[in-house]
Amino acid sequence: MQIYLPIADLPVNIFLVLGMGLAVGFISGMFGIGGGFLMTPLLIFIGISPAVAVASVTTHIAASSFTGAISYWRKRAIDVPLAMMLLSSGILGTATGVWLFTLLRELDQLDLVIGLSYVTLLTTVGALMINESVQAELRARKGQPATLRRPGSHNWVHGLPFKLRFKRSKIYVSAIPVWGIGFSIGFIGAILGIGGGFLLVPMLIYFLRVPTATVIGTSMVLTLVTMASATVMHAATNHLVDAVLSLILIVGGVIGAQFGARTGQKMRGERLRLLLGLLVFAVGLRFAYELVVRPDDLFSLRLVRPE
Amino acid sequence: MARRALMVAILLAAFGAAQASAEQLVVSLSNHRVAVTSSFVGENLVLFGTIEPDRPQAALRRAYDLVVTVTGPRQTLRTRRKDRVLGIWVNVDSREFVRVPSYLGILSNRPVAEIANADTARRLQLGLDNFLLPQRIGPDTADTVRDDPFRVAFVNLETQYGLYRESPTAVTFLTPTVFRVAIPMPANVPTGSYGIDVQLFAGGAMVARTSSALEVIKAGVEQFVADAARDHGLIYGLVASLMALVIGWFGSVVFRRD
Repeated sequence: MQIYLPIADLPVNIFLVLGMGLAVGFISGMFGIGGGFLMTPLLIFIGISPAVAVASVTTHIAASSFTGAISYWRKRAIDVPLAMMLLSSGILGTATGVWLFTLLRELDQLDLVIGLSYVTLLTTVGALMINESVQAELRARKGQPATLRRPGSHNWVHGLPFKLRFKRSKIYVSAIPVWGIGFSIGFIGAILGIGGGFLLVPMLIYFLRVPTATVIGTSMVLTLVTMASATVMHAATNHLVDAVLSLILIVGGVIGAQFGARTGQKMRGERLRLLLGLLVFAVGLRFAYELVVRPDDLFSLRLVRPE
Repeated sequence: MARRALMVAILLAAFGAAQASAEQLVVSLSNHRVAVTSSFVGENLVLFGTIEPDRPQAALRRAYDLVVTVTGPRQTLRTRRKDRVLGIWVNVDSREFVRVPSYLGILSNRPVAEIANADTARRLQLGLDNFLLPQRIGPDTADTVRDDPFRVAFVNLETQYGLYRESPTAVTFLTPTVFRVAIPMPANVPTGSYGIDVQLFAGGAMVARTSSALEVIKAGVEQFVADAARDHGLIYGLVASLMALVIGWFGSVVFRRD
């Protein structure tokens, strides 16, 4: 059944888009991520322009992170003061990202920047995750216990001034890295159409030593607010959010996430992280392939303005 | 306006007097309004017409050719070219096509090159090769040579999207003086007003011309969403993110297990 998308200006198969929402929702529920880094490329692949894809996916991530955040809230696994600190700079990062997004579109370099950033981010993060989980697997095989001391427990981050205490996470850190992380996640999310959960969680663990009990819930709150505000900003400045597309994706995503979460709970953490790492790495390679291989058509069109 | 109409009338009268055997074209469009709704997957419009000769035998004297040019609302587009820079493919060069039709259908009963000679075809902008597609060149705009790579790429891309087309079979003569024109409107057809220019040829020269118009509008939900996104971006964005939150919340309630 075809449905016409009013902003993307093209008809799509409603079941195809719903299926994509379900599949990405399943993966996002399974790994506890937003899934934007999968959804945006998929939308571009079915012919939706990168700009509309990035702007519309923000609603999908806002919805799935809200579902997640509610269940973490019930488990009291959210560090509210930490989330608020991250948010204060996250929104600023989102605004900067939306501004740069508009500028790059003007310069005809948006697609390139999206492509390059995906390659860099996804291959790096993917490789790190694969490496870490393989090491953990090897240690487990040898019968060694998992190292309790996290590598570099006292790094340079802990020497910074303006220290604050976050009670629920039991950490005492400087406000500077907290703001920095919030800003960069908001910024990256707005440009690339990703929630940034897969970046934020490792950052919070490695730089701020946020314990696993509160890390995912807190990161979901940040994702939720940055993505919801990215939706509003993209709609207000670029008029590119396709509400019909968003609605189909959200419905698929919310249902898929529930089944994904159940599957995820049955799997071991290390195995789960290895799978996610492989997935992230593969998507990164796919983008690299697109940049390096000669495109079928060297020319492309962009609407400057209707008359 | 009135003065212009008067001038046109005088010119037409003079033209009519000069060509005693001038034919008249009468055309009628199956539908003057195409509504793009949520189930829109494209539509075919039909233009019917007859050729009315001044003298009854004039129609039988010669074979007619018909060229119909359908132009959509004007828009400015940029054609970009990629090249390899440091191993990756990057947009390096671009040309702006100023106020070109968003839809261009050139429909005829046989190839345009067979209907009129190259001079006439250029003057009357018959065919995709002869249609004026002005590019911005410095402060001016001008159409380039036919084989300019950007022009060729632009026409190719628009043809791939189904928005530009040259069809030498779209016009069918039902009798020597009655014709039928199929105007294809693809699913991605832009909204706005369209002009239809009907030109009648006999013996390689244009003998009559008439025009018609149609409108493509978004209807129903499509129109509502598109208007809201364009005119009330902020409210639209707030509603869209609220929608996301409500569905997200709903999901957590429906699937709650604890």
